[in-house]
Amino acid sequence: MSQRNGGAVVAASGLTKIYDGRPVVDAIDLCVKSGECFGILGPNGAGKTTTLRMLIGLSPPTAGKLEVLGFPIPERARVMRRRIGVVPQGDNLDPDFTVIENLSVYGRYFDLRKTDTAARIPELLAFAALESKATAAIHTLSGGMRRRLILARALINQPDLLVLDEPTTGLDPQARQLIWQRLRSLLGQGKTLILTTHYMEEAERLCDRLVIMDRGRILVSGRPKDLVREHVEPQVLEVYGPGVERWLETRARGLCSRTEQVGETVFCYASEEGGLLEDLRKRPELNFLHRPANLEDVFVKLTGRELRDG
Amino acid sequence: MSITLPVPSIRWLPVWQRHLLVWRKLSIPSLLGNFGDPLLYLLALGYGLGRFVGTMEGMPYITFLASGIVCSSAMNTATFEALYSAYTRMTTQQTWAGMLAAPLDVDDIVLGETIWAGTKSLFSAAAILVVAALLGIVRGPRALLVLPIAMLVGTCFAAMALVVTAISKNYEFFLYYVTLVVTPMMLFCGVFFPLQGLPAPLRSIAALLPLTHAVQLIRPLMTGGWPQHPFCDVFVLLGYAMVSYWIATALIRRRLLA
Repeated sequence: MSQRNGGAVVAASGLTKIYDGRPVVDAIDLCVKSGECFGILGPNGAGKTTTLRMLIGLSPPTAGKLEVLGFPIPERARVMRRRIGVVPQGDNLDPDFTVIENLSVYGRYFDLRKTDTAARIPELLAFAALESKATAAIHTLSGGMRRRLILARALINQPDLLVLDEPTTGLDPQARQLIWQRLRSLLGQGKTLILTTHYMEEAERLCDRLVIMDRGRILVSGRPKDLVREHVEPQVLEVYGPGVERWLETRARGLCSRTEQVGETVFCYASEEGGLLEDLRKRPELNFLHRPANLEDVFVKLTGRELRDG
Repeated sequence: MSITLPVPSIRWLPVWQRHLLVWRKLSIPSLLGNFGDPLLYLLALGYGLGRFVGTMEGMPYITFLASGIVCSSAMNTATFEALYSAYTRMTTQQTWAGMLAAPLDVDDIVLGETIWAGTKSLFSAAAILVVAALLGIVRGPRALLVLPIAMLVGTCFAAMALVVTAISKNYEFFLYYVTLVVTPMMLFCGVFFPLQGLPAPLRSIAALLPLTHAVQLIRPLMTGGWPQHPFCDVFVLLGYAMVSYWIATALIRRRLLA
């Protein structure tokens, strides 16, 4: 690829979006490299979707500079969109069409020749594991099938960059695994992926690099493993059961470096968990789960535990 | 709000093609509507009412009415397509969102919707011409000139309706436009009786409305004459179409590209 900015697929600096005087995206910098999977994480209302909308040219930034695949956005967004695929958060498949008609009509939106699209459709159906559904009506597909069809549709123009807004939200675990596997195979083909998610497991498994956003700002950015190492202690014990609050006050605080209480569960973060384990073995009334720290712990530490609506 | 002029380009074509494909899948009920409704009107009003009316402007009432029905059907077909169907594609179905994720702009979508609705008016006019020809009301190749004009009329009313769609929050909102704008035009622009039947002030208002000019173009062509002021009529229809297309594009940009 011949982009400016040293191979950056997305280069944003000071990118800002203000709605009604309130900054929804607040002067963020982004640099997405060719061939990587880049994650944008954050609680509801963090500004993830607005950031994606700006990237694909559907929301003019209030301030800042933005280039995608070397094109200035939003000025040259229509040309740029010839080379990207978009997987939206919601289902916007065409209910009047069958599975393959959805693919072929979408190909027309990209000015692809009918014969070229027709030649690609079997491959896309196989990718989406929908070979047996080629002429099925959209309303007969399950949620997972629709998601895979939307993903296949986004590949109709053989894009260099794929933008995915919460690609697995609302799917059952099997359907999610299948999407993850497909996204990894796209990375294997050298495509660049940008995705938003609030599933930490998804981000940890797929993303080479990610940013965690909150209230329109980027709190941290880096590789998932590095973020876990830099921001939280390596060992976590989740403790719950009768008397857990008293145990927290009297014992836990002294045995670990940091604690958090969420509802009935106490989270203990420690570099050395031996003392905690020893203490807990003497208290059969308390249940606990011992696990290594993960991205969720980073996320919660940085964005807080309170519930976000809307 | 970006009120810069729309940038028309040939990229409206994929939008139009998508709609044509959907229409073909649902063409049997569509054709039934295209043929059935005007046929019923012509039979009921043309023959039924026509017996009492006798002639109007020197022609049998059914002949007078047929040309009016072509105009009102062109208006209604395009209006309803650009209100209800376009609104569904903009909101519940999110068809436009899918288009906007591809290399299509709001300008392309609005133009595609406008020309598509105009095409549906063309289908509707063609169906009525066939019915009228079978009933022996219309003859002569001159009537074929009605087809491109019906397309222009449809495009004009589609662009106007898209302005309403652009600011609508729900389907109920369309009733204001239909009741306050579309129905009065159908009744007072010469579809069912000549403008001369109206008091002078109403006649002057009617002269400003696009449907009046559609009737002034189409009626003579269907009854063996020539329009009196064809350029003026086409100019008015084009004017309504272009100004509405501009406003609709600006409003839909504001709505979708926030």
